[in-house]
Amino acid sequence: MQIETMLTAVDWAVVVIMLPLAGGIACFLWPVMSKQLGLITVTGIALSVAGLGWRIMEHGAYRHAVGGWGAPLGIDLFADGLSLCMLIMITTVGLGISFYASSYFESRRAVWFWPIWLFLLAALNALFLSADIFNLYVTLELTGLAAVALTALTGRIDALNGAMRYLLAMLLGSLTYLLGVALLYHDAGSVDIATLAQRIEPNATVWTALGLMSAGLALKTALFPLNFWLPPAHASAPAPVSALLSALVVKASFYILLRLWLEIFGSFADNAALLLGLLGATAILWGSLQALCQTRIKLLVAYSTVAQIGYLFLAYPLASGSNDMIWSVAVYLAFSHALAKSAMFLATGNLIQFGGHDRITDLDRAVQRLPLTVAAFALAGVSIMGLPPSSGFTGKWLLLETAVTQERWDLALVIIAGGVLAAGYVFKVLGYAFTQAEKPHDAKTVSASMEWTAFLLAAGAILLGFMAPEILTLIRLDIAVNIDGKAV
Amino acid sequence: MNWSVWLPLMVVASALLPGLIIFCLPEEKVYWRTVLNLAGAFSKLLLTGWMLWGVYHGYQYEARIVFLPNLDLVLRADSLSLLFIALSSLLWLLTTIYAIGYLEGSPHRSRFFGFFSLCVTSTSGVALSGNLITFLLFYELLTLVTYPLVVHRGTEAARQAGQAYLIYTMSGGALLLLGTAWLYTLTGTLEFKPLGILHTLDEENHPALIIIFALLIAGLGVKAALVPLHGWLPQAMIAPAPVSALLHAVAVVKAGAFGIVRVVYDVFGIDFAAGLGVTEPLACLAAITILYGSLRALTQDNLKRRLAFSTVSQVSYITLGVAIAGPLASIGGVVHLVHQGLMKITLFFCAGNLAETLGIHKVREMNGVGRRMPWTMTAFTIGAFGMIGAPPIAGFVSKWYLGLGALETGEYWMIPVLVGSGLLNAVYFLPVLHRAWFRDPPDNWPKVRNFGNKETAWALLLPPVITATLALLAGVMASAWFSPLEWVKLIAQREFYRP
Repeated sequence: MQIETMLTAVDWAVVVIMLPLAGGIACFLWPVMSKQLGLITVTGIALSVAGLGWRIMEHGAYRHAVGGWGAPLGIDLFADGLSLCMLIMITTVGLGISFYASSYFESRRAVWFWPIWLFLLAALNALFLSADIFNLYVTLELTGLAAVALTALTGRIDALNGAMRYLLAMLLGSLTYLLGVALLYHDAGSVDIATLAQRIEPNATVWTALGLMSAGLALKTALFPLNFWLPPAHASAPAPVSALLSALVVKASFYILLRLWLEIFGSFADNAALLLGLLGATAILWGSLQALCQTRIKLLVAYSTVAQIGYLFLAYPLASGSNDMIWSVAVYLAFSHALAKSAMFLATGNLIQFGGHDRITDLDRAVQRLPLTVAAFALAGVSIMGLPPSSGFTGKWLLLETAVTQERWDLALVIIAGGVLAAGYVFKVLGYAFTQAEKPHDAKTVSASMEWTAFLLAAGAILLGFMAPEILTLIRLDIAVNIDGKAV
Repeated sequence: MNWSVWLPLMVVASALLPGLIIFCLPEEKVYWRTVLNLAGAFSKLLLTGWMLWGVYHGYQYEARIVFLPNLDLVLRADSLSLLFIALSSLLWLLTTIYAIGYLEGSPHRSRFFGFFSLCVTSTSGVALSGNLITFLLFYELLTLVTYPLVVHRGTEAARQAGQAYLIYTMSGGALLLLGTAWLYTLTGTLEFKPLGILHTLDEENHPALIIIFALLIAGLGVKAALVPLHGWLPQAMIAPAPVSALLHAVAVVKAGAFGIVRVVYDVFGIDFAAGLGVTEPLACLAAITILYGSLRALTQDNLKRRLAFSTVSQVSYITLGVAIAGPLASIGGVVHLVHQGLMKITLFFCAGNLAETLGIHKVREMNGVGRRMPWTMTAFTIGAFGMIGAPPIAGFVSKWYLGLGALETGEYWMIPVLVGSGLLNAVYFLPVLHRAWFRDPPDNWPKVRNFGNKETAWALLLPPVITATLALLAGVMASAWFSPLEWVKLIAQREFYRP
């Protein structure tokens, strides 16, 4: 009982944001200890998210006015099942990446990695807890800047190049989004999502805002054809950074778009939804084909992200009508992709450290010499290509089922074809992992903790497939309330 | 403890757990690996025996977990699943013994035996699946875990064979997935039930059902090697002999054929399927495959490839029996699942022995080999005559029932197909036997390994001798109460044609 009141008394949402911020500053001030501080902070965040989760489960959706100021003036923090699910995703994958990074970076780079990574975590957590579209902009911008800094971490020329492109795309995306925010504020006199949901009527201004915001967010999510910046950035970054960019950062802008759709635009923007779906379908096919053509693993995995993001956007055209279940499926798939893709990038990082390069045809018997890493890559691949038993399968099965029920045969075929193509590119890597290279080379050792992190994340992607009913219920927790609230 | 829930799970776990532990074992722990393998294989055999007894006496075994709202994963033991389970348990044990002998001293055995066990796990799962989604799950898992076995040797040729294997099976899996999802949206259930789940559907759904049937059969036909989806099978011959034996006799092709049996009887229901008019084209396809496989086998000089095309042909007997849609033909088809398994595994074991002991890979190198390896070649001869369909070996029983079934339903055009295939089998097997027994041996064999005064290692010799004996017994004692034939009659009575 005592513990319960204590748990209720703490404002977990504030802790979840402040803790990484404090940790980041501490790492910056005390670089010698940055690794330990970083790990402690991330563990602390995990516990706080658990506390927040407990609170939401017990008392329903959670709103907190920072400093006691209410919606029109102050900053509101808001968390429902959807936010919670995203936070759990960030924490699980973040823990994995942190443990990996603690062995991956030598001390010179670690000094820079940890503070920025913790700032990024703070920004992401704040983003998922924001209750208004302006704060979403601020946190999105912070996320983008931290991500760009991490991309440039190695200081190599290709990394700087990728980071520069990334930076420009990020800025363009957030500015476009901000323009939309300004228009909405002008039209409805508020930036609070709940207030907007009640006030907004479709008119020219709102349509323009919708277009601008969607375009900006699509650019940040790397939705086809706005994905030009993703492969160079994700492929040139160090392995843990690629993992967190692909697994977490692109999901942030996707989340905002989803939130806007669920609560503000969803009821009238059917045409825009069709367009997003079309782009998503194209992304699946184009991204997969590009991945199939790559000769380097990292680029292959990066293009696979472009394709897999396409799947998330298939939810938009399928959501027409009363089927709000499909949104939870998209979020579930995003979670699944986060686990699988981070595992894949980390496994790729191991392969690169092991062989000193990432040419696919030169993998040189990695199956025998680095079995755990290859197993991680394979398990993650199973989820990416949507084969059972895995979360990728469960998510794609639900998408497919909805597509068939609505007789959207085009989408059904794209879902299936994407899976087959994904099998093609995953097994392209795995096949060469069995063969011997023409010039066999000596292998460097890879630390066991790096191998195990990749493996456990991949195993998580598989296990998530068996928790679908629970996760789907969690995501829908209180979302329905918002939709009803709007209808009134 | 509630045995009816635990038994199906334990059967799957009996192969899964040894597999997982073996992955973690270092390469040199030969003793522990052998112990684990044999312990798994024996316990699976025991559990299977227990379930056979129980199902015979009318007990129900079912384990179920929630996978999605309204969609469970189900493991259920009915008489049909037990037929397949019994076959896989028995042949797993023998193949394990064989593989231990075959791979002695070769590298990466932990990986090999690990995936080998996972392959048996998936096969058990396929057999025990109680609905189509569970079936799909294990069917795809089977694809994944056989891939490392196909590319086991790690050569460029092996990689390409693996790639071909994947392109075929993944595309097949995709079709199966689409068909399954579509079916689910129409019916809201994917449960396997005697007489099917579709009779409640309206007439207007029938065109959709025909397409679904085509999708499902195409998806399953890839593994069952129905022409023109058979291309991967001869290529997969690059794998080591125990793998070929397992792929051909138990796991992959049988999973496909078993799936076809399930779809026709327990999803569509045989009468409903016949009413839709889909069984007739399926029977034609099976007949074409039977003849085509035999014709291609004629010209193959590589022994394993000849056997592979023979598999293409023989597995389609199962499909043919199912598609003829009469009780006797069904019995002939389904019992061939076991009979073909016993005979084909014998042939592959023998081919492996020739390759291991004397370095013989080609038919034209087999002159006089019967005198050098009499036991192996006796087993081979029994298997070959069984394939031809000569009494009293098991293959004859299958063909007899298939023939009777064709007459019973008035499908007289099947008789020439059966006779023709038997003749073709004779044409491609008898020259092999003639060379082996009646030609003079060459002065030097291609590559000899010495096993003292024995013809080969006992671990290599024992399995084919046992399977050949079983193939013989399954024919001679076909009417005994414990024969596969009697069990299949029980299945037909309980599942397919329930009064």
